[in-house]
Amino acid sequence: MARRVAIVGTGQTYHKSHRLDVNGRELINEAVTRALADCELSIADIDAIIIGNMDHFESINYVDTWSVEGSGGYMKPIMKVTTGGTTGASVAIAAYYHVASGLFDKVLAIGWEKNSESDTTAAIVTCSDPIWDRFSYSGAIPSLATEASAYMEQYGATQEDAARVAVRERSHALNNPYAQMYNRPITIQDVMESAMLAYPIKLLDVCPRTDGACAVVFAAERVAEKIAVNPAWVKSCSVRHTTTWFGDVDYDTGMLSLQRASKEAFANAGIKNPVEEIDVAELYLPYSYAGLKWIEAIGFCGPGQGPKFIWDGNTDMGGKLPINPSGGVMCTNCIGATALLRVAEAAIQVMGKGDARQVPDVKTAMATGFGGCWWSDVVILSKEKP
Amino acid sequence: MDKIAIVGASQTKYVRRKKSEIFYDMVYEVTTKAMEDAGYTLEDIDSVITISNDFWDGRTISCMAVQEAAGAHDKNVSTIEGDGAFGAFYGAMRVLSGFGTTLVVAHSKGSEGDLKVITNAMFDPIYHRPLGLDAISSSALQASVYMERYGITEQQCALVSVKNHKNAKNNPYAQLPMDITVDDVMRSKKIADPIKLLDCSPISDGAAAIIIANEERAKKAKTKPVWIKGIAHCSDAYFLGDRDLADPVSLKDASKKAYTMAEIKDPVSEIDVVELYDAFSYMEPLWLEGMGICDAGQGGQLIEKGITVMGGKLPVNPSGGVLSAHPVLVAGLVRIIEATLQLRGEGGAHQIKGAKTVLAHGINGPCGQSHCVWILGSE
Repeated sequence: MARRVAIVGTGQTYHKSHRLDVNGRELINEAVTRALADCELSIADIDAIIIGNMDHFESINYVDTWSVEGSGGYMKPIMKVTTGGTTGASVAIAAYYHVASGLFDKVLAIGWEKNSESDTTAAIVTCSDPIWDRFSYSGAIPSLATEASAYMEQYGATQEDAARVAVRERSHALNNPYAQMYNRPITIQDVMESAMLAYPIKLLDVCPRTDGACAVVFAAERVAEKIAVNPAWVKSCSVRHTTTWFGDVDYDTGMLSLQRASKEAFANAGIKNPVEEIDVAELYLPYSYAGLKWIEAIGFCGPGQGPKFIWDGNTDMGGKLPINPSGGVMCTNCIGATALLRVAEAAIQVMGKGDARQVPDVKTAMATGFGGCWWSDVVILSKEKP
Repeated sequence: MDKIAIVGASQTKYVRRKKSEIFYDMVYEVTTKAMEDAGYTLEDIDSVITISNDFWDGRTISCMAVQEAAGAHDKNVSTIEGDGAFGAFYGAMRVLSGFGTTLVVAHSKGSEGDLKVITNAMFDPIYHRPLGLDAISSSALQASVYMERYGITEQQCALVSVKNHKNAKNNPYAQLPMDITVDDVMRSKKIADPIKLLDCSPISDGAAAIIIANEERAKKAKTKPVWIKGIAHCSDAYFLGDRDLADPVSLKDASKKAYTMAEIKDPVSEIDVVELYDAFSYMEPLWLEGMGICDAGQGGQLIEKGITVMGGKLPVNPSGGVLSAHPVLVAGLVRIIEATLQLRGEGGAHQIKGAKTVLAHGINGPCGQSHCVWILGSE
């Protein structure tokens, strides 16, 4: 049977578009050192390590073995998990299973990316099938633009609705000194006037490219409570890689993988009414339109009601269900770390360590990952033991 | 550790180039066959682990291409990038965490990649890549240190190639069944001193899959369960200069942990068969030392004495090993599958009679930086 598992410490780098002061291993070490300091452990206390990124961004093969000097994996079990944009959440979930299995007590999860060393789009293009998908759906934006157009057509949502999401993320990032877009607030007009990338997506509707890393320490029940005053218990985690081909995605229906992963994760966590029972969500929203449509897939509001839910302020700080107090993916996007940052930020909220970005009285937090061919990961964390 | 078992296993035949199949075709083939082997349908699979590598596949998010083929469409799935033994380790942890079953599938098309470029990319981009280090040249350095330190001879290493290619004649899946002599190996083309062509594993295409189940679900499988008794892995330092390449410390650590878990006190007498990752012939004696099968520096003599041949006291790589088929990433999983076949008594012409405890082994990174050790048992 699975053991109970909690997050006891988190660490992240300060994020920038170009971290020229560090190499990849030093970047990783910065996050690891902070995570260990956060839970007052040393690397000697760690039983196993899981690391993830995207190979072709830094062009390093076998990052698990390459990273050892930065990750602290010398004479420890270390393995690499990689699933595209969801990598960070996949790493977190792998860390959970490492501990839940009973084989390891204290496990370090690491996600990182040094996007400044990559040609991101050139690297992402090759994820699509070379014969069937690459000419229509190459890179990150085309399928997102298809979804956004379909959503606007279907429900009458506007570009301003999406811009409202972008504005929210930047204003939340005012409270997060780690964010790449820290202290760079924008207005709806700024978004509307930014360069059109692929209709209806404009420059300020999308995430940046970031250099950064994140590390999270997971621990088994009997040690977690000794390490942390308020551990963030893993209530459930769920993954769906529903589609393999971009051409198979039904852009008219909801976000299928997120619907299914959320449904399973909520059921396993005993959550019946997510909008009431979840206190804060750190969602992997790579572009503004996801902030409208994907919250419907999760079940925070009904189909087509995303824009109203956002305009009513429900997801702002102080609202009913604050989304992305950290500023989210649109303010920081070090791809292999991005989804792990969601899990870390959700844990920070449960542990009450959010400083200026802390949402009051968080009991239950939700984190998601997005990547691959419209895939979703969902993690539910709680102050209460599962 | 709760009781968990391997209940399904399948592999493709390994060939130099599978022209008619792209890699997800191979994944579909072994996924389907592993389920047939276990007597399971897709509904019996609770969770899936795929194994792939963006460099070898030439695709970013290489796992994307195989999700459907692996039956992962509506399941909890993840991907390990590294050798299959490590991927299977994650699969085992998932079953220990509450999934009733987990399918683990790996694929590789060595024929479509450039080994030199791909394995050069595992070295540090600033300090080591410009030197041209790759899997072969770095292994040559390791072989030199090892042979120099202990007086291991090229002939002793050649004996490993002779034995493993001969064993491969009994394995229908092997790529290179061959009758060769020590002289043939010694006279084969020098690749990187002291490694010669017949000391090297081939470039291969192939795929493999296993299904791991908990005790309750294992009862529903039609196969004889093969129990996972001990599993462990460990990584050495990264820079070759920071390591003692003749002393596989991470393998020693992983072996010790796996033995403790499996309650093995004397591996030589308690283990019946070893399936290890012999990408080059020198690796077999070196890894056997790391596993504690013999003392440091005694690996060469162990081979010479015929202890590791079929019919010897401790047969090593009855399948022909990695020297006889080397689908990268898949190869460690193949060792686990070969162990499974031995323990089921389904080894056919390469069956070791009465095998009850088998060690399977995989490696990651340059010169076996990271090792994964599995102890499997029939009881």
